[in-house]
Amino acid sequence: MIRYILGRVGQALAVLVVTFTAAFVLLQALPGDAIMIKFMSPEMGLSAEQVAEIRASYGADLPIWEQYLKTVGNFLSGNFGYSIQAGVPVRHQLAVNLPPTLQLAGLAFLAAVLLTVVLAAMSNMVGMGRLRGALQSLPSLFISIPVFWLGIMLIQIFSFQLGLVSVISPGPVEKLVLPVATLAIPISAPLAQVLMRNIDEVLAQPFVAVARAKGASRSWVLWRHVARNAVLPTLTIAGILFGELLAGAVVTEAVFGLSGLGGLTYQAVNNHDTAVLQAIVVISAFAFVTINLVVDLLYPVVDPRLGHRVATTT
Amino acid sequence: MTAPLLEVDDLAIAYRMGDHEQRVVHGVSFHVAPGEVVALVGESGSGKTTTAQAVLGLLAGNGRIERGAIRLSGTDIAGWSQRRLDAIRGAVVSLIPQDPGSSLNPVRTVGSQLAEVMQIHKRGDRKAIRTRVLDLLTRVGLMPAEMRARQYPHELSGGMRQRVLIAIAVALKPKLIIADEPTSALDVTVQRRILDLIDELRRENGTSVLLVTHDLGVAADRADRLVVLQGGRIQEQGPVKDVLAAPASAYTRRLLSDAPSLAKPRLRRSVGGDATDLAIEVDGLTQDFPIAGGGAKTFRALDGLSFKVRRGTTHAVVGESGSGKTTAARSIVGFLKPTAGRILVDGMDVTTLRGEALRRFRRHIQLVYQNPFGSLDPRQTVFHIVEEPLLNFEPIAAADRARKVRDMIGRVGLPEAFLTRHPRGLSGGQRQRVAIARALVLGPRVLVLDEAVSALDVTVQAQILALLDELQGTLGLTYLFVSHDLAVVQQISDTVSVIHKGRQVDGGPVERVFARPDSDYTRDLIEAIPGRGMPVLASNPDSRAGFI
Repeated sequence: MIRYILGRVGQALAVLVVTFTAAFVLLQALPGDAIMIKFMSPEMGLSAEQVAEIRASYGADLPIWEQYLKTVGNFLSGNFGYSIQAGVPVRHQLAVNLPPTLQLAGLAFLAAVLLTVVLAAMSNMVGMGRLRGALQSLPSLFISIPVFWLGIMLIQIFSFQLGLVSVISPGPVEKLVLPVATLAIPISAPLAQVLMRNIDEVLAQPFVAVARAKGASRSWVLWRHVARNAVLPTLTIAGILFGELLAGAVVTEAVFGLSGLGGLTYQAVNNHDTAVLQAIVVISAFAFVTINLVVDLLYPVVDPRLGHRVATTT
Repeated sequence: MTAPLLEVDDLAIAYRMGDHEQRVVHGVSFHVAPGEVVALVGESGSGKTTTAQAVLGLLAGNGRIERGAIRLSGTDIAGWSQRRLDAIRGAVVSLIPQDPGSSLNPVRTVGSQLAEVMQIHKRGDRKAIRTRVLDLLTRVGLMPAEMRARQYPHELSGGMRQRVLIAIAVALKPKLIIADEPTSALDVTVQRRILDLIDELRRENGTSVLLVTHDLGVAADRADRLVVLQGGRIQEQGPVKDVLAAPASAYTRRLLSDAPSLAKPRLRRSVGGDATDLAIEVDGLTQDFPIAGGGAKTFRALDGLSFKVRRGTTHAVVGESGSGKTTAARSIVGFLKPTAGRILVDGMDVTTLRGEALRRFRRHIQLVYQNPFGSLDPRQTVFHIVEEPLLNFEPIAAADRARKVRDMIGRVGLPEAFLTRHPRGLSGGQRQRVAIARALVLGPRVLVLDEAVSALDVTVQAQILALLDELQGTLGLTYLFVSHDLAVVQQISDTVSVIHKGRQVDGGPVERVFARPDSDYTRDLIEAIPGRGMPVLASNPDSRAGFI
């Protein structure tokens, strides 16, 4: 078991190292650089020597591999470098912009899971009927809605038409309702689809018939036998969808004018602010890898067969 | 006569298929007296399982009782709601299901699944239930019960899982147990012990049993009365002895004559020719598999298997699951590289063949698998399935290929119209004929049949066995017949190797091995064949009952 955990953690670290390196190489390969953009403009009136001096102070004149090693060392000690555009440490920018995004993404993830469970439970509680058909077609509808459009529509309907949620100077909770919904609905769609299909598959298993033959009611069977079996493949999808969530958060922040990682990314891309971009990529990768590590570690807990295989193969 | 416990009266059941209803059970009537064992016997599609499901109120979602009554102790439960049925299921009527492999929830311990039936019907507090769980596990022979209760289904063998399911079925001492093919997924020796256990428990509690089975042998051994179903109609019913001694319907007579365990051993053609003309020679075949994660540790699946097969004869490799018989088949076909030993097929040493030579070798030896549903590509037509092997070897003209395919389809007894069909439009027996045609189209000399008739109904099985026999005669084929079914083996093969845990425990001509087995294991296997006590056998002097 310990070897299984160590193996998974090792894999996660490897993914991080590769991501870090790939991001570094790609960012270096981009044409133009932030120092040029900021300091070469004519208003600054700096001479070529002065710009070179500035470059040297940022370490930008060193060979690539030396810069790479330096950046690795800095990241390991928690120093993400300086934003050239803003002239402040990246750490400070992250301290301001990361929490709101994490809050948004976390809440949206919870909301998506909740929505998924409610959809799946309802479609299996109502029996056969037309309602079940309608509920089961909801995920395909959700999945085909683009995030930006959904955000705008939610604002249109709930703020401007119905006046339920204010978008102009809203309260701290009110501010989050629509963005969370915008982000959660498209994420819940594939989750609900997978979960519903798995529930149907598990319901066809002989052990479900055996449970019914014991006298168990439909809902007893659903919660005590089907749920845990059906949730397994859904977990994997949930981990993968977390990446989608981060991408969606950037768009959602733009639509709702929220400050966060989205806005920071947008600025950094425009200004070729490689240090900021490098930090954002690494932090996103870290979040993604962590979530999937948690999923991997949850698997043997939910499915004893895996725990068994893990114990015998390691 | 005592009042019947279960009375099924003029029961008709239909399944909804798209916009029309298909009736599968047509006015079936029978009864089960208290303490009695009644067997519902029939082949797949006879409606026996549907009838049993209806008694439990567990028809598939598209099934519906059209008319008739199901009276349990005099009360008609046919029209009861699921909620009302929940109160009697598990407590008054219980189920022993067919497939112990998938009939237990894989993510819950067996103890919790046994306790569940008592929780649902609120029998006692946690402590009382726990004590009862341990008692029941002990009673069905799962010891130490404390440890077994904490185990998950995947940690138990098939027979042990079936014991758990039996414990669940008897936990609340129901009046009626519906046993739906309770042992068809198990090895014969396990089958016998499980059936003995069901017998004991039902005697202890005075429970009635409705035994659903396709195996006349099992029904004959275990039931008081037989109800023979075909196509959703009762062909005949009556006390076991009467039905077997003097079957009234032609269908029952056919079932009896096709059942391999009841038939007398077929007289094999005496094989003439050269006794040294060997098609297969296996010498000291040993196969080790690495144990996953076990480092250098290995598991010995086969240990020194040796036998010789004369050209044009059938050799059977018999064993229970896990015995190594399938490993042997795979090594001989060249799918596995043996750890040690020599395999000669048509004089070629399979173990030394590599690459192109190995590919060429496959023309000489072909494999037919057990599952006629999984081994055919559902998207290909029968023509393409049979044609495909030809495309893998030297190119021949399309017209020649078509001729060969047509010829082969005719040989396996299928009409030409089948060439354009897809596997889903074929029955199990027809699919297996297609699989045989595919194997034979390259003109191999040796055919390896891995449980090739095990998934088929007895009458279909008898037809396929007859086909194999005929093809052997006309094409001079040599068969290696891998099976767990001794009764079938006795009918089809000339020589046999019995393997147990990777070792050959018996071998030689079939008559000799069956009459005077060398090992206790073989004797056990032979004794476990169901249907040995059938009156037909006793009254039939030249049946094999004479020499066992």
